[in-house]
Amino acid sequence: MTNFTKTLLGYSAAAMLMGSTAMAESHGGDTIKVGILHSLSGTMAISETTLKDAMLMLIEEQNKKGGVMGKMLEPVVVDPASDWPLFAEKARELIEGNGVDVVFGCWTSVSRKSVLPVFEELNSILFYPVQYEGEESQRNVFYTGAAPNQQAIPAVDYLMDNEGVERWVLAGTDYVYPRTTNKILEAYLKDKGVAEEDIMINYTPFGHSDWQTIVSDIKEFGSAGKKTAVVSTINGDANVPFYKELGNQGISAEDIPVVAFSVGEEELSGLDTGPLVGHLAAWNYFMSIDTPENDKFIEDWWAFTGDEKRVTNDPMEAHYIGFNMWVKAVEAAGTTDADAVIDALPGTEAPNLTGGISTMLPNHHITKPVFVGEIQDDGQFEVVWETDDLVPGDAWSDYLPESKPLISDWVELKCGNYNTETKTCGAE
Amino acid sequence: MRLLPRLLLSFALCLWASIAAAQTLEELVSTLPDGNYDDRAAVVAQIAATGDDRALKVLEVLLAGDLEVLDSNGRVVQIRKQGRDDFASDILTGEDYGEVPSRGSSKVRVNNSLRRDIRTAIGTMTLRHPDPARRLAAAESAFRSPDPDQSELLAEALAAETDPKVAEALAEAIAAGTLALGGSEAEKLGAVAVLRAMGNTDAKTVLSGAATDPDAAVADAAAEAVHHIEQMQNLWGLAQNVWFGLSLGSVLLLAAIGLAITFGVMGVINMAHGELVMLGAYTTFAVQEAIRSSFPALFDWSLLIAAPLAFLVAGGVGVAIERGVVRFLYGRPLETLLATWGISLALQQLVRTIFGPNNREVGNPSFMSGAFELGQMTVTWNRLWILVFALAVFAVLLFVLKKTPIGLQMRAVTQNRAMAANMGIRTGWVDAMTFGLGAGIAGLAGVALSQIDNVSPNLGQSYIVDSFMVVVFGGAGNIWGTLAGAFSLGIANKFLEPWTGAVLAKILVLVFIILFIQKRPRGLFAVRGRAVDA
Repeated sequence: MTNFTKTLLGYSAAAMLMGSTAMAESHGGDTIKVGILHSLSGTMAISETTLKDAMLMLIEEQNKKGGVMGKMLEPVVVDPASDWPLFAEKARELIEGNGVDVVFGCWTSVSRKSVLPVFEELNSILFYPVQYEGEESQRNVFYTGAAPNQQAIPAVDYLMDNEGVERWVLAGTDYVYPRTTNKILEAYLKDKGVAEEDIMINYTPFGHSDWQTIVSDIKEFGSAGKKTAVVSTINGDANVPFYKELGNQGISAEDIPVVAFSVGEEELSGLDTGPLVGHLAAWNYFMSIDTPENDKFIEDWWAFTGDEKRVTNDPMEAHYIGFNMWVKAVEAAGTTDADAVIDALPGTEAPNLTGGISTMLPNHHITKPVFVGEIQDDGQFEVVWETDDLVPGDAWSDYLPESKPLISDWVELKCGNYNTETKTCGAE
Repeated sequence: MRLLPRLLLSFALCLWASIAAAQTLEELVSTLPDGNYDDRAAVVAQIAATGDDRALKVLEVLLAGDLEVLDSNGRVVQIRKQGRDDFASDILTGEDYGEVPSRGSSKVRVNNSLRRDIRTAIGTMTLRHPDPARRLAAAESAFRSPDPDQSELLAEALAAETDPKVAEALAEAIAAGTLALGGSEAEKLGAVAVLRAMGNTDAKTVLSGAATDPDAAVADAAAEAVHHIEQMQNLWGLAQNVWFGLSLGSVLLLAAIGLAITFGVMGVINMAHGELVMLGAYTTFAVQEAIRSSFPALFDWSLLIAAPLAFLVAGGVGVAIERGVVRFLYGRPLETLLATWGISLALQQLVRTIFGPNNREVGNPSFMSGAFELGQMTVTWNRLWILVFALAVFAVLLFVLKKTPIGLQMRAVTQNRAMAANMGIRTGWVDAMTFGLGAGIAGLAGVALSQIDNVSPNLGQSYIVDSFMVVVFGGAGNIWGTLAGAFSLGIANKFLEPWTGAVLAKILVLVFIILFIQKRPRGLFAVRGRAVDA
């Protein structure tokens, strides 16, 4: 009970603090407004609320350092309530109504697609912090999460080389990110000589909870005498019953490892991780990574939330990098004007939390290291493999025939989808 | 006289040898935390080779992930968790270091391949263990990772084995070893026969590998055995599908049965039904938290304690909803729908504010973890208990409705309100109780669902549509219809799923229900008589 009261007190204190700072600053006059567009209610609240808190923390710290160009930053938080069309409305409200200079937000690809036209029309800037399916590069959007070549492909390489996996189950939730990622992975695996019958693709609806048949199919598929692994793009809440069913049916990571692209520390914190030990996840950041930057970030996070049980995760790091890049670009441009900042951002460098320096590329993606971690029984990941260097994000996959000739370059070519074969821009 | 010095000498030698071995284990353990996983694997092999009695314990603790190094003095210790506190004791001497801060020690990490090595090493060490269960586990581990060094040990263990079950497992492990590591044609054919008789998925895995054997006779025999096992599995697959269907049906039944009362019997479209289920799940979470922090020994009883509480919490909220909102809206279905939809959103956000938007961890008691094999199919304990629980709830509800005074009054009020009121029944009170009963049962469903789904504020949303589907399909007003509806939808879904995939299976079931309702608008078990027109 004491813990519970503490949390409650913590929340209300944080809420009061937020309210008062927001009020104080809105009377302050000359501030730079930063929009935060993350769902605080509805299905996606589980993931996005944390990102809102992380942004508030980053802004608070920047203000302690004296703000940007001598001006204080003022966060403007709106709640798009996990409702995709509402994202577009709220984005418009932020830019037109509140006059924010930059927006940090969105999680699902469909919410990002929904706000794209708004950012284009009103010429503002969006930082998007989540790993996604690629096949996109927009002038007003900066993608600080991983593109498929920064997460999916290296993870598959790891399984192939280190675990000797020959048979693949690509399991995902039925929407755009898993479908595109699996299309890329399927092309990549076939490219590597994996036969058609050694790939099983399976889609399930959002929030799927009855995994009995699929897990028993996976077990069956894995009994063909070849080492089998599951590549999971299962999203959100559906993961918990999936892993529970795996554990109950006795599939351990030593038999059939599952590598997930959407399961991080946050998702594991609601789970009894005992049966999951040894399953894998591929990310560009893990809370367990031991660097001074990361230690400081975690300490700050705990101090900010007042709860030493809160975890940090990959999209939070993406916001950390993106926010610092934006601050640097604004200071370099000397203005918050969207066109000037968009031009200043490519080439901007900012430290990531894993000991490297990430760079914003001309295609509006960033360079990141890739880590493969094994789930431990304390809900953390232990890094078992990492890339030697930072991997530059690739907007258009080289493994899909239709996007192979496409490149994105907003500096030289001023084009997000330049076809190198026909030498034209805009041909998809 | 010459004998004595010799004896002394040999005694001293023995002593020295044992000390040397002991030192080696101590040294090995102290080097365990150093280096990478490959180094650690080498140390594990050396530890296993020491033959020291304590080596087994070291490896088991390492495998369980409880082996840590104290930052203060560098000792390798075993960590025991009691509640939220960590207690350390020296892994070799057993010396107790008392409570240590959770960040004051660092874990000796293991990864998948190291875990496999440790399991093999433990297997080798426990092949002759006095406990038959340990020997069985050792034989199974040998089956999974054939090792040339183990073949002789396995043969010796088989010769000495007295327990028929363990002997069978050992023979199978030897067969798997023969096929994986090589042997004469006759040996391999014998191994294929052993595995063909074993006949499960594990045997199929090994046999599929052997089907590419360079020896044509062996390859043919293995291919034939795989075919045989597949045919057996297809038959069992039918049984497995029925079981999966029953299990899904039991979940649907639990979610829908409360609605069968509020919607089916009372005719109230309660969109907040899913949230009442969610409240039951959160009650389970709260009970488990209290037990974890105060009475860890009672953890296995947590669900039994949570069930009545969940019934009361959800039932209480149900009564409040009925008295506060729904009773003013009887006979106005559209307004009831909108009002209860609003309540559902409010409840979700309330829970989100109190418990946070994240999933909450609800553990499985030990009797609900794992699975057992029934022939060729795997039956998980949690699903089995949920089926039992669903049927028990159904039976109790049936009893309450048919055999108790309150049940009689409920039926009287729903059949003819005016007449019931004339007979002296407090209809308002009965309405509240009926709604409360439906809500309470939703809370019970939450206790069960917390075991298989995630406990988050969105828990209820995923069940509300399914629940209405079941009640409408089964026939509103008839709880036997709900039972039949739940199980037939569950089984239909599970038979469609392997063919069509989960997404299409759901759509097909929905289309089927729509067509079915066209033909029989009152569902499977239509209620006849005056109640229908009331």
